[in-house]
Amino acid sequence: MKTNAHDEVNTPDHENVIEVTDLRRVYGGGFEAVRGITFSVGRGELFALLGTNGAGKTSTVELLEGLAPPSGGRVRVLGHDPYAERAAVRPRIGVMLQEGGFPSELTVAETVRMWAGCTSGARPIGEALDLVGLARRAGVRVKQLSGGEKRRLDLALALLGRPEVLFLDEPTTGLDAEGRQDTWELVRELRDEGTTVLLTTHYLEEAEDLADRLAILHEGVVATTGTPAEVTASQPSRISFDLPAGYFLGDLPPLGELGVTGHEETGRTVVLRTHELQRAATALLLWAERARVELGRLEVRSASLEEAFLRIARETAAASAAAATAESHTESRTKEPTA
Amino acid sequence: MSTVRTVTSPSRTTAKGRMTALVRAELTLLGRSRATLVTAVLVPLLLPLSVRSATDEMDLAKAGLSVGTVILPAAVGFSLLFAIYTTLTSVYVVRREELVIKRLRTGELRDPEILVGAALPAVGIGLAQCVLVTAGSTVLLDVETPPAPQLAVLGVLLGVVLCVALAAVTAGLSRTAESAQVTSLPLMFVSMLGSGITIPLEVLPDRVAAVCELLPLSPVITLVRGGWTGDLSAYEALGAIATALAWTLLAVFAVRRWFRWEPRR
Repeated sequence: MKTNAHDEVNTPDHENVIEVTDLRRVYGGGFEAVRGITFSVGRGELFALLGTNGAGKTSTVELLEGLAPPSGGRVRVLGHDPYAERAAVRPRIGVMLQEGGFPSELTVAETVRMWAGCTSGARPIGEALDLVGLARRAGVRVKQLSGGEKRRLDLALALLGRPEVLFLDEPTTGLDAEGRQDTWELVRELRDEGTTVLLTTHYLEEAEDLADRLAILHEGVVATTGTPAEVTASQPSRISFDLPAGYFLGDLPPLGELGVTGHEETGRTVVLRTHELQRAATALLLWAERARVELGRLEVRSASLEEAFLRIARETAAASAAAATAESHTESRTKEPTA
Repeated sequence: MSTVRTVTSPSRTTAKGRMTALVRAELTLLGRSRATLVTAVLVPLLLPLSVRSATDEMDLAKAGLSVGTVILPAAVGFSLLFAIYTTLTSVYVVRREELVIKRLRTGELRDPEILVGAALPAVGIGLAQCVLVTAGSTVLLDVETPPAPQLAVLGVLLGVVLCVALAAVTAGLSRTAESAQVTSLPLMFVSMLGSGITIPLEVLPDRVAAVCELLPLSPVITLVRGGWTGDLSAYEALGAIATALAWTLLAVFAVRRWFRWEPRR
């Protein structure tokens, strides 16, 4: 009995607060939005789910929040099934939906008061509004708030019960640059206080800045996952420039010797990809100096999340195009690789 | 650093506390919606007057009725239909389309608490009107003390539960607040004409009345009228209760099956 109580009360820091195993979600019309996703989030971690529109981010987060049962696979939040055991989970989590709703005729303070009545261990209303900088707007009807202010009200409600786990679905969409910075700062503080945060976003710099780990979803599957450094490390760096007039790609030193693994040429603009950025850039610049030419609009950039993101989108698009081509050609058995 | 977390915090919310918060917000909203107030408060108090003029054309004595025992159940029926059924249908639809219900479902409120909490202000108005029209009929129409008040009370309570459930069903079938005004019409008309509200079933031909008795609100009106006439046999009363319960069960099943918690995308 005593050990049981002890187990329930003490939760080790390395515990996985969110566990997702082979998760699937199929909508009524048969559309499979989530097609076998696996990941876990440890206590105190900030985990970002990235992906293009329609990648399955919101569909996944809604299953974690317990709004719907999964069509397949398993979800555990704080060790419980968030749908079947919502009474055990809800008091310990905070949720901000991608599009939350509040009655438009209630004031900000009335909305928080209502929510506080439904939230275990709720903060005082003033404190909640101070957190998100809405204290001055307490008496204003929700319908008169700007889009950004509505997002901040939503965030205030998500934070109302001092949750152990926070789900933020695109928390900064619709915010101006300053509001976005404020929100990031707040999320960082919460993380530093030990809150586990699962965030979806399509601002890649947001994920790069905030996330301890991330997963990039594409068409309902995890295309890649790891720390921002790990995810970008596998990606090539990028050098781009305009070829000087009268020069052609062939005039450059052999690309292979520069450590370049891929290149594209659009008009006069050349993009080189390399895993040895310093070596490639040095060789290129030395060549330019010797040839006494100017490389217009020169850009040298380490691998970024954006690069990783675009590459995943490109590769999957190419793969599905290839699959589609292969399928349409099976009849005539002319299986050609697509460019 | 290892932190000790208490899993069961002493300040967990209770169903009562959660619903109180929700009811308070809904009451505030109701007070700010003039159109809803007119539908819920004024219309049901005015409509019985229209039935009053119709009673002159009916042979009430032959059916064992009086003006009072026609008007009073009619007024109760109007209260249930307008203060509860239509008002609540639009409340459910508006809250859903504003994504309020979806947002509430991410919190600690359970699904039935959301539906019942949102319904309570309208139910309160409906019940208050039933009391008011009863008092009014007693004073103005010389209705006597009911010989079987328990039947009337039971009828009203069954009617309240049924109207809340039917409002949720209708909301599930309505895409927008505007379309809810249309989707709620069939039940309104059928009930007013066929459930003994504007025309007592007692004055209808037997075969028509037999069918009308099976309509959702008919047993409610039958029980209320029976409370005042004292003419309802135990067999008839049980039949009415069974019909009302059957409709309620059907409606609750329909809500569980078809109620939509967020807008169609």
